[in-house]
Amino acid sequence: MRLNGRFGRFGGCYVPEILLPALEQLEAAFLHAEEDAAFGAELDALLTTYAGRPTPLTRCRNLGHGRIYLKREDLLHGGAHKTNQVLAQGLLAKRMGKTRLIAETGAGQHGVATAMVGALLGLETEIYMGADDVERQALNVHRMGLMGARVIPVTTGDRTLKDAVNEALRDWAGSFENTHYLLGTAAGPHPFPLMVRQFQRVIGREAREQILAAEARLPDAVVACVGGGSNAIGLFSDFVADERVRLIGVEAAGRGLHGSDHGATLQRGTPGILHGSETLILQDRHGQVSDSWSISAGLDYPAVGPEHAHLQDIGRATYVGASDDEAFAAFKALARTEGIVPALESAHAIAEALRLHEAEPDALIVVGLSGRGDKDMASVQSLLEAAQ
Amino acid sequence: MSRYASMFAACRAENRIAFGGFLMLGHPSPSATAELLDALVEGGADMVELGIPFSDPVADGPVIARAGKQALDAGVTPDDCLAMIADFRARHPDVPVGILTYANIVMARGRATFARELADAGADSLLVADVPAIEAEPWAGDMIAAGIDPVLIAAPNTPDSALQRVASLGRGYTYCVARSGVTGSGEAPRLAHGALFAALERNGAPPPVLGFGISTADHVAAAAEAGAAGVIVGSALVQLAPLEDGPARVRDYCRALTQPNGSQPRATPSGAVMM
Repeated sequence: MRLNGRFGRFGGCYVPEILLPALEQLEAAFLHAEEDAAFGAELDALLTTYAGRPTPLTRCRNLGHGRIYLKREDLLHGGAHKTNQVLAQGLLAKRMGKTRLIAETGAGQHGVATAMVGALLGLETEIYMGADDVERQALNVHRMGLMGARVIPVTTGDRTLKDAVNEALRDWAGSFENTHYLLGTAAGPHPFPLMVRQFQRVIGREAREQILAAEARLPDAVVACVGGGSNAIGLFSDFVADERVRLIGVEAAGRGLHGSDHGATLQRGTPGILHGSETLILQDRHGQVSDSWSISAGLDYPAVGPEHAHLQDIGRATYVGASDDEAFAAFKALARTEGIVPALESAHAIAEALRLHEAEPDALIVVGLSGRGDKDMASVQSLLEAAQ
Repeated sequence: MSRYASMFAACRAENRIAFGGFLMLGHPSPSATAELLDALVEGGADMVELGIPFSDPVADGPVIARAGKQALDAGVTPDDCLAMIADFRARHPDVPVGILTYANIVMARGRATFARELADAGADSLLVADVPAIEAEPWAGDMIAAGIDPVLIAAPNTPDSALQRVASLGRGYTYCVARSGVTGSGEAPRLAHGALFAALERNGAPPPVLGFGISTADHVAAAAEAGAAGVIVGSALVQLAPLEDGPARVRDYCRALTQPNGSQPRATPSGAVMM
């Protein structure tokens, strides 16, 4: 490896030895691509003409008295920020001569994004997905199928997202010669956290320019939801050097931080090593990884990208929770007042922005609206019915 | 001389390679473990490799992953495993005991503490499946300070720079993987490891022991031919452990592989012969 893959005391490359050459090849391809104008041009062309970048920065007309801006990744092709980095990793896979993509998915969003790039670039695509999620997310399974991807139900372990990651890593240990593991977030072994951040920082780069153009000043706070943390790190990165801009990550507080039904790794986790990275983890005192919980599948992960653990460690970013109920209330509020249906994940960030606005009415806030809520209609419908 | 060194010397004196048997501690239940481990030794195992179960074992295929989950579901903790190791050590003072687990299990207790606890229980070595050579230095340091041999993995695709690190950090033996992939996926091992073994020897690494996919007497003979100092059989034994006559099946399977003129091992329950 040319880089050490560390973010302070977090990060690293904790994988079976057999995978090291694959990660070294990936690091080399990534570092080369970063310097290569032709790669940049091809990616930019796809982001512009296929995915729909740049995405707008929308000033809320009714919520937040004009002080809340939304970075609209929900308008990206595919419906979420995931598209930014799957296009980039797909191009890298082609450059490395790989013919097959594998990926993990929880509710199916990253699986759909990977299927999309597999179809676009002509790569065979297989998606690992917890067996229960395959049942629950039939629509996304169908979408993946339409785009030519095969969904492999995972029945090992607890049959959740983390087990889907385990299965993808096992597959890759035997298939790396022709297969690229298109990991879905800024977590995992080096170089994934660094690489995914670099491919997602277009979100913050645009947002920073757009808020400066709109308000002629930097925001007081930038707010994004954090599961694995790719949309948040993408939005935060270009603001990290602006020390007066507060960076606020919002985790799933689920049914409350007091119990175990949440995904608040940064607030309740302890240091450990999972899926290749030293980071904060929800685990028991023996080091067995716990199940997380959230109303939104995208935040339902018991670890977090190592750079967030580091940003918290050095006090540069703060991480707070929004409960299932708070997120759902924000979801409804944004739909009702702005005519925008956010993903339940993004609704966690909206909830925190509304809380912040109440406490500090003058604060100028940029919120990462990481995805749209179409995928959540079935679960929202049952929540509404349950509430009646 | 360490237990590994004496054991390898004894095997060489008998003109054969060492046979290592792997089982998961606490599988299928904590009470079954002692008898199963004894069966490995009765069957002729020169060294035993014992897994401490982890919730997310990415290096393991379905057989060993399932065994770990079963042990966890039965409530097995690392403390229980340490007690099982000490219990085995009390009955078998000379058999080298290697521990296999994952980084997070070690981290939860602290690297140095865990190494000391293993040493106190009578273990000889520790292999952390998700700590590759580039991350291994502080881990190996804590193990050596506690008197535990750090065992590192070398694969046919491991570059020479990493093999040098394996050689300088490793003690006891070097765990060589016979093919890519995870443990026991039913795929035949690739046994052309002469080049890897030669590179390890050139770098002064501890004796190479071949694992992943070893399940027949022919595999053992081929490993010996290629220059391995030993083999480790895992999934094939783990599959037998939960059977009603598990200890007898484990013993017989080991015997079939350790006695060159004995019969071939019985087919495993699924019909497939695996690592």
